[in-house]
Amino acid sequence: MSRAILEVENLNAFYRDGRTRRQVLHGVRFELMEGEILGLVGESGSGKSTLARVILGLEPDYTGTVVHHTERPQMVFQDPGGSLNPRMTVRRTVEEPLIIAGGYSRAERAEMVREMLGLVGLDERYLERLPAALSGGQRQRVSIAAALIRRPQFVIADEPVSALDATVQAQVLDLLWDLHRQLGLSYLLISHDLAVVEEMCGRVMIMQGGRIVEAGTVEEVFDAPEHAYTKQLLRASRGSC
Amino acid sequence: MQNAELRARAMRRRNFTLIIGLVLTAGLLLVVVGGNLLWPFGAAEIGAGGRLDSPSLTHLFGTDHVGRDVFARVLDGAGTTLLVALGTVLIGSLGGLLVGAVAGYFGGWLDEIVMRISDGLTAFPSVLLALVAMSFTGAGMWNVVWILGLLFIPSFARVARGEFARCRNLDYVKRARLIGASHLRIMWVHILPNTLPVFLSTVAIGFNNAVLAEASMSFLGLGVQQPQVSLGRMLADSQGYLFNAPWVAISTGAAVVLLVLAFSLLSDGLQRKGLRRIRFLRKT
Repeated sequence: MSRAILEVENLNAFYRDGRTRRQVLHGVRFELMEGEILGLVGESGSGKSTLARVILGLEPDYTGTVVHHTERPQMVFQDPGGSLNPRMTVRRTVEEPLIIAGGYSRAERAEMVREMLGLVGLDERYLERLPAALSGGQRQRVSIAAALIRRPQFVIADEPVSALDATVQAQVLDLLWDLHRQLGLSYLLISHDLAVVEEMCGRVMIMQGGRIVEAGTVEEVFDAPEHAYTKQLLRASRGSC
Repeated sequence: MQNAELRARAMRRRNFTLIIGLVLTAGLLLVVVGGNLLWPFGAAEIGAGGRLDSPSLTHLFGTDHVGRDVFARVLDGAGTTLLVALGTVLIGSLGGLLVGAVAGYFGGWLDEIVMRISDGLTAFPSVLLALVAMSFTGAGMWNVVWILGLLFIPSFARVARGEFARCRNLDYVKRARLIGASHLRIMWVHILPNTLPVFLSTVAIGFNNAVLAEASMSFLGLGVQQPQVSLGRMLADSQGYLFNAPWVAISTGAAVVLLVLAFSLLSDGLQRKGLRRIRFLRKT
C-alpha cells in the first residue's frame, strides 16, 4: 500500500491586488501518493501556480492545512531561461543546494554533481557553461538536476515543457519519466496540455477559478468527463489536434 | 550589401563608448598619478616661474599670479578631486547598495519608508544640502567627503532597490529560497552579481557627479581649504586674472571637463553593455 506524501486540506489562498484581497484558491483538498504522478490541469489564472507556491511555502497568505510527509519538495519551473541564474555556471547551479545544506566536502560535491548531470543526460563539457550558452532543453535539464541533487522524493513541475520545442518537449518528458521510474519520484505535474497529462499521469485534477472541479484517474476523467468545464477542455484540445 | 550590414552590426556591437571611456579614464588616472610623481615643479612652489607666464615647454599650462606652475597645480588638484570623488562614491555606493538591497528585496512598508525619505532628499540639489551641512561642520576635505557621500546614498539606493526588486521575483531566486538559502545568501550570492552591470554604470556616473560637486563646493570656498589644491578652488582663484592669463582658467576648466567626460562615457558604455546583456537574455 502506498502512503500519502502530501495532504492538502481545505486550502484557501489569497492574493493582494492593490488594496483588495482576492481569493484565488477555494477549499482545495487532495492527497498525493508516494510514487505517483498527479496531473493538475486548468487554464492560466485558474490558480494552478498559486497552489504550487502554497505547497512550497512561497505564498504566505493562505488558510487550511498543507501536510508534508517528506522533506521540502523541489520545483522545476516553466521558463528555463528565468529559472537559472545567468551568472552561475552549470556546476555552480547544481552544486548550490549542496553548499547550502552543508556537510559535503568539495570532492563529494563534485562527484554528486557529475553523477546528477549524467542522470539528466549532460556530460562534463557543460560544467563550466553559463545558461546563455545552453539551449532551452539543456537549461531545463540543468534545472531538473538542481532540483534533484538533494534527492527529494517529491517534485512539483510547473509547465516543465511548455516553453520548449515539440521534439525537445518529448525528450524532457522522457527524462522526467525515467527519473520517476529510477528514483521513485512523485510529481505534481502542472500543465495546460492535456496530451502531456494523459501520457504522464495516473490521476488528474481539473482546476477552474481556484476550485478543483473534477478529479480521478486519467481514464475516468478523460473518457467520461462529468463536469462541463472538463468536457469543454477536452473538446478544445481534441479539436485542435 | 549584406556584408556592409554585417560590418555595420559588428561596429555597433563594439561598444566604442565604453572603450573610449575606459581609455580616457585610465589615461587621466595615469597622467594624474604619474604627473604628480614625475613633474619637476611642486604645486605649492612659489616662483617656479615668472608671474602669469604664458604656456611654454617648461610650464605646459603657464604659471599663476605668484609664479606657481599651473600644470603641477592641475595635477595636484585633479588628484584631490579624484580622491574626494572616490571617497564620496565609496560611501554613497556601499551605503546605497545596503539600503536599496534591503528595501528592494524585502519590499513592503520598509521599502515605502526608505524610498519616501530618499525622495525627500533627492528633491533638493545635493550641493545645496551639502552647503547647509558644511555650515555646521565647517569646511575641509574630509567633511566634503562624508557629507557628499551620505547625500549620494539615495541615488545609489534607488538603483539598487530597482534591481533587487526586479530580481526578487525571478524564478532563480525562488529556487534559491526553495533550497533553503538564507535571505543574506540570496541577496549576496544570487542577486548582487546580476545587478552589477547596472550598478557599475551608476557608480561611474556617481564619480561624474562627485567631481562636479567637489569642484562646485571648492569653487564656493567651502570645500578643500588652502594650502590643499583642488580644481574648484583653482577655478575660483583664476577668475581674478581671467583676461590677463586665461590659460589658468582654461587648463583647469579643461581638466574638470575631461574628468567628467571620461566618467560619463564610462557610465554610458557600461549601461549599454548592461542593456545588451538583458536584451540578449530576453531573446534567448
